[in-house]
Amino acid sequence: MTDPGSTESGTIERRSPLDAVHRAAGASFTDFAGWQMPVRYSSDLAEHHAVRTSSGIFDLSHMGEIILLGPGSAAALDFALAGRLSAIEIGQAKYSLLLAEDGGIIDDLVVYRTGEDRYMVVANASNAAVVADELRSRADGFDTFVSDESDDIALIALQGPDARAVLQETPGFGVDDGPGNDVDDFLANLESLRYYRAFAATFEGEPVLVARTGYTGEDGFELYIAPDRAPRLWEALRETGGARVVPAGLASRDTLRLEAGMPLYGHELSRDILPVQAGLGRVVALTKEGDFVGRAAIEQGPAVDAPVLVGLAAEGRRAARADYEVYDGEGADAARVGIVTSGALSPTLGHPVAMAFVAPAAAELGRELYVDVRGTRVPASVVALPFYKRPA
Amino acid sequence: MTDQTELQYTEEHEWVLVEGDTLTIGITDYAAEKLGDVVYVDLPKAGSKITAGNVVGEIESTKSVGELYAPVDGEVVESNQAVVDAPELVNSDPFGEGWLIKVTVGDLPKLLSHAEYRALVGE
Repeated sequence: MTDPGSTESGTIERRSPLDAVHRAAGASFTDFAGWQMPVRYSSDLAEHHAVRTSSGIFDLSHMGEIILLGPGSAAALDFALAGRLSAIEIGQAKYSLLLAEDGGIIDDLVVYRTGEDRYMVVANASNAAVVADELRSRADGFDTFVSDESDDIALIALQGPDARAVLQETPGFGVDDGPGNDVDDFLANLESLRYYRAFAATFEGEPVLVARTGYTGEDGFELYIAPDRAPRLWEALRETGGARVVPAGLASRDTLRLEAGMPLYGHELSRDILPVQAGLGRVVALTKEGDFVGRAAIEQGPAVDAPVLVGLAAEGRRAARADYEVYDGEGADAARVGIVTSGALSPTLGHPVAMAFVAPAAAELGRELYVDVRGTRVPASVVALPFYKRPA
Repeated sequence: MTDQTELQYTEEHEWVLVEGDTLTIGITDYAAEKLGDVVYVDLPKAGSKITAGNVVGEIESTKSVGELYAPVDGEVVESNQAVVDAPELVNSDPFGEGWLIKVTVGDLPKLLSHAEYRALVGE
């Protein structure tokens, strides 16, 4: 064995406002985009299964939150991002992309409209500063103010089939809508909250944005709250949920999102990839009025032989991993047709799954390909994404 | 229960139990913990010759792949079928039921003591 962990290297890293809570819970940590974040608490498999069957609670405080405030915010985002953000309602969320001029992906984002003139853009931790800089420069000339509030917003995700019930039962929530901080209003809002919607609530009198969003393939919620209130909220959810709320680390988050066919920046998405290659053509609103950064390149499209993202499913237990090469045959003369971007033995499905960029000619569903797993050609079929879809 | 202080260790986070000319080899709790849940183990077959420093097996978790390095020159006399069938034994009992291979050797190279190994991993 070489040392499989690069953790706890002693370099100065950023710590979550929930750091003490995680240490008390015995978490193992990993360096993630300059942050020390829990990779697992006990078992990543148990944490994965908990999210699929009851619920898991994740600390995502490392993610970036950039606020746009002002009457020109909607127009600024329509210019800055790939989607038509002016079209979403207050309380609605939308998955979007920040593109470079050449159409490459700088980051993938979830954008919440939290007011007529106010949006919150949630960026990956590794890209948060770049996203904030880009939004500032792209918003120049629009009547909006861009501020990176990442340090002032913590994020707790509660994901899984029991998440809603736990939120309903947890004491301390309310809605600040005039006289009386009303628990009933909170429950009514929660009851009617649709997927990719959010509402402003309070927890113990402090603001919390309750969003029905997530990155696990399960129903669930993301709770944006001030860092100093985050430990109380985490503990309250755990106390209320008991065995239904399992602390879950980044290792399980990665296998959960992989099963759900969700891309991860730096793996499926990068500056070298156009959205359509990653199956995200629908995220780009080419019909929207006016110019937006990347439009010309998107309209031109990638080269006809540019690789496209596919799902791969295999038998046995040997998983393809990121950067493994994909071939169109078993023999030494087989042509290399692609490369794996993410892969694991799927905890839910029990067989290996992977995402890979392959040549268009090798991308049709059902096509038998071979992944070079450390010198062994392992057969894998091209399958539709996602690998896992939650029961309706 | 294996007495960890009686074992010898390698810098690749393997433990070695010496009984005459037969060595039992596994990975340490530190290595198992760093890997996470082990879901697949690939071990050399009985009868195969191994050379110190070469990769002779793999220990895969959901998250990553660990390589099993031969700590010695020798011949594999047994690989642990129980751990192939139930890889989680590497996590639940790394120094016991989670052993990986038994090897016969001529000369035993210098390995790390328990105290030296714990110093290496900072515990």
